Amino acid sequence: MQEAFYVCSLVALLTTLRVVTTANPVHALLYLVVSLLAVAGIFFALGAPFAGALEVIVYAGAIMVLFVFIVMMLNLGAETVAQERAWLRPRAWAGPVLLAALLLGALLRAIAGTAGGAGAVEVTPKAVGIALYGPYVLAVELASLLLLGALVAAYHLGRDDHR
Amino acid sequence: MSFIAPETAAILWGIVKAIVILLVVVIFAAYLSFIERRVLALWQDRYGPNRVGPGGIFQLPADVVKMLFKEDWIPPFADRTTFLLAPVIAMSALLISYVIVPVAPGWQVADFDIGILFFLAMAGLAVYAVLFAGWSSDNKYSLLGGVRSAAQTVSYEVFMGLSLMGVVAQAGSFDMRAIVEAQRGMWFIVPQFLGFVTFALAGVAVTHRSPFDLPEAEQELAAGYHTEYAGMKWAMFFVGEYVGIVVVSSLLATLFLGGWLGPGPEWLAPLWFALKTLLFVMLFILLRAALPRPRYDHLMTAGWMVCLPVTLLNLLLTGAVLLAGG
Repeated sequence: MQEAFYVCSLVALLTTLRVVTTANPVHALLYLVVSLLAVAGIFFALGAPFAGALEVIVYAGAIMVLFVFIVMMLNLGAETVAQERAWLRPRAWAGPVLLAALLLGALLRAIAGTAGGAGAVEVTPKAVGIALYGPYVLAVELASLLLLGALVAAYHLGRDDHR
Repeated sequence: MSFIAPETAAILWGIVKAIVILLVVVIFAAYLSFIERRVLALWQDRYGPNRVGPGGIFQLPADVVKMLFKEDWIPPFADRTTFLLAPVIAMSALLISYVIVPVAPGWQVADFDIGILFFLAMAGLAVYAVLFAGWSSDNKYSLLGGVRSAAQTVSYEVFMGLSLMGVVAQAGSFDMRAIVEAQRGMWFIVPQFLGFVTFALAGVAVTHRSPFDLPEAEQELAAGYHTEYAGMKWAMFFVGEYVGIVVVSSLLATLFLGGWLGPGPEWLAPLWFALKTLLFVMLFILLRAALPRPRYDHLMTAGWMVCLPVTLLNLLLTGAVLLAGG
């Protein structure tokens, strides 16, 4: 399982890097899908199959489909790729990369101080459900209110007033 | 066989079982193209393909030979990587989800704790085949097919998952074997009839079979998302569709008709499973023969305004009954 974790992590890191550096928007989204699948693989390797399945269903299977859908509708051509390339000059990303590297260094230092790994304890779907509707029930209720608000707002915006 | 350790033997036996299931599913899915043409012809008072071999049973090998020798053409304007990736996803995504289907007691490729969720995940990824095929072909008919397919699949996936949650609640598990065992007293088609109907509808829509085959509506869109495909790559889309039928039929049989449960000794279990699956496969084909294609907005309205509320109602009722029963 440890090997699976490291392989999935490597894939996730490389593909996420490619999401940023790819000029073609559809290819970038494709890399993002693979990155999300790799993250799902990490969840499986850590013994959280329910979280892994949800990662695939919700992120890779639903949200990313909508992203790809919109990008396809926009019909971005070669000029978008050229524009994207122009934005990816070192002058634009050198500064942020330096600052992010500092943060990464700090994070690595903090992780090095902690003891051991995550400890692969398998979390069954039932355990997730009990946790959600036990100690975290307030968070679930608040999230559902938020989603309901978003749903009503989207319905209002999408309403056809001319009929 | 003392020179093989028991663990190694168990692993080898598992591999053999997995390969047998894979081969049976793929070959049956490929043969469905022939079965469908013959059965459709029968219902429509025609002969269908009956020239190659006795009753036409060698039609499939003949078709395969034709596909293999066709030029493997990639349009110069297509986006190569995505164009090549799309048929691979089309065939493999739903085929992989067959690992969770218990064919008989002990005959299941992977006994996941999350069972059904794995199928839902793979069904979610299967959309990319059509999306990428439609986009990478750089052809407006293909793109329209891809866009239609994405909207259709995303809409129908929402309640496909919800329609199964009634079954999960009654069985108390996502595990397919536990779900089959929970149907010893009564098949879930009776208490979960609404779930059955909505899941069957969603299954037809997700495999984009006729009458929900608007992504490839040939009258309006040439062949929709696979207009630019030829040879083996096209065949992969084609077989992928039949694999989808087999997977959805197997799931319908497993989740609502008790899977391998049936009268008689235990070695009859695979037979019961096969018969129930075949029943649904035939229903898929009959549906194509019987129903015209609905208009696209009708399809979307039916999904959101009828099926989604019905599944929510079903889930609510199931929850209430379970709670009252303790």
